[in-house]
Amino acid sequence: MTRLELRDVRKNFGPLEVLADISLHVATGEFVSILGPSGAGKSTLFQLLTGAIQGEGEMRFDGAPLDGARFAFMPQRDALMPWRRVIDNATLGLEVQGMKRRAARQRVAPLFAEFGLAGFERAWPTELSGGMRQRAALLRTVVQQRDMLLLDEPFGALDALTRAAMQRWLERMWQSHRWTALLITHDVREAVLLSDRIYVLSARPARVVSEVAVPLPRPRTESAELAREAAAIEAGILDTLLAADPISRPSDGEMK
Amino acid sequence: MRGRDAPSPISQERGEPSAIGESRGAVQSPPLRGRSALTSALAKLAPAALAFALLLIAWELYARLGGIAPTVLPAPSRVLTQAWENRAALADNTLPTIRATLAGFACSLLAAFILSALVDFLPRLRRAMFPLLIASQTLPLVAIAPLVVLWFGFGLLPKILLVALVTFFPMIVALVEGYAATSTEISQMLAAMGAGRWRIFWLARLPSALPYFFAGLRISITYAVVGAIFAEYAGAAKGLGIYMLSAKNNFRPDLVLAAVAVSSALTLALFGLAVLVQHFAMPWERAGRDSKVEPSEGRP
Repeated sequence: MTRLELRDVRKNFGPLEVLADISLHVATGEFVSILGPSGAGKSTLFQLLTGAIQGEGEMRFDGAPLDGARFAFMPQRDALMPWRRVIDNATLGLEVQGMKRRAARQRVAPLFAEFGLAGFERAWPTELSGGMRQRAALLRTVVQQRDMLLLDEPFGALDALTRAAMQRWLERMWQSHRWTALLITHDVREAVLLSDRIYVLSARPARVVSEVAVPLPRPRTESAELAREAAAIEAGILDTLLAADPISRPSDGEMK
Repeated sequence: MRGRDAPSPISQERGEPSAIGESRGAVQSPPLRGRSALTSALAKLAPAALAFALLLIAWELYARLGGIAPTVLPAPSRVLTQAWENRAALADNTLPTIRATLAGFACSLLAAFILSALVDFLPRLRRAMFPLLIASQTLPLVAIAPLVVLWFGFGLLPKILLVALVTFFPMIVALVEGYAATSTEISQMLAAMGAGRWRIFWLARLPSALPYFFAGLRISITYAVVGAIFAEYAGAAKGLGIYMLSAKNNFRPDLVLAAVAVSSALTLALFGLAVLVQHFAMPWERAGRDSKVEPSEGRP
């Protein structure tokens, strides 16, 4: 069943055309990625979804026009509050929803082991490593029990090894929870490892240049054969991306 | 202190391998601090204490051997003995100064907090007010203090007003800048969670301003005592300011200096208090420092 559906969504900032005709859909329990070059307007799309900015076009959720409070949003950097202990960061979304802090803590505490954070409930965020901070941020995101997760380059700030470990961990987590999720990334390997489907965006103004299904079984890091198939898909996507954004067009580069 | 009473994260990690190996070793239980922290703090203070002692000794020798009359430049030893002999009068005049300082500073803090919050919600108010506030900092205190006393009498009120005048500006600037330093990602995330402006202010903007608040507090608290003494100098029944004035008029520079020493000690004590309050109000600052100082062994 289709949960989120976007049709011909556009966004301009003054004369700057950022999003041009974005159409996509995400079904229940599906993990979908939006893959595009830096500065393509991927984060703008998330701001449209969370209602931080207004754009044109049609955005529907479960068939009805999109209203707020559908998404649990995980920003690019972890955005943990340094003045709250890890457990109180995890309960933040529940507290904003009006739950008492005590009840929120009781709801969140049993999840710490699964997120590899057992024993760190009372630690300050500055005491955690980069990977642990991201897991704490994801914990804060999923306990909100919203209809859908929005993940904005969640591992972009991590070192390569930690990122690879986090991707495998997220894949396992997703397998057992089957969240409906939309991931923004510019990491082709990450998209292929985690997604059921991938929308490939062009450089700014962003439009969907191709939609790639990833029909590989999970977990995808199990066998060498799976890795080869994944690599073939990656290569195909890279070709699409590079063809859509040739270096001979320097004006389509980085935003700002 | 955290880490000794909390369940040791390290043993937990080693006991049951966590989902991901990279987390191991990122957090160390803090080493036994306390005594070592005290000795290192003393070691840091030693050069300053030595310089101060040398200055006093040089002054003492110059005053004694230079043949200078104590009514012009009293030696530190004379200041000390005279301060002790006049301790009752000094204490009697110190209390009103403390009262004026604390009352004025408390009013200033309260006003700065309320107004900074208003300014945060109404940016137009900021544009209306800040030029006035900056102008208030250009007023020469020497000229304003007697006028304020003229208008409001010899009681507590003019002192509170003058202390507030000198401390309010650094406090409100610190708070307003602190609110503005809130991470946009945290604000956006809270907005996506459905938090309104007031919730965002309370959950994110106010805590983000804390380091700025304490920086402003440490600066303005050193102005506060000086402001109170200025107010008393311009006219008061009792207080260190009026005590200095009458000692000067009686050709007793030793007692002027004794009062100066008391006011300096008062300022230093308030400064120390501010540092102490910050220490306990922001425990996460310490945690961050500790984990940065400690080596993170075995982390890939």
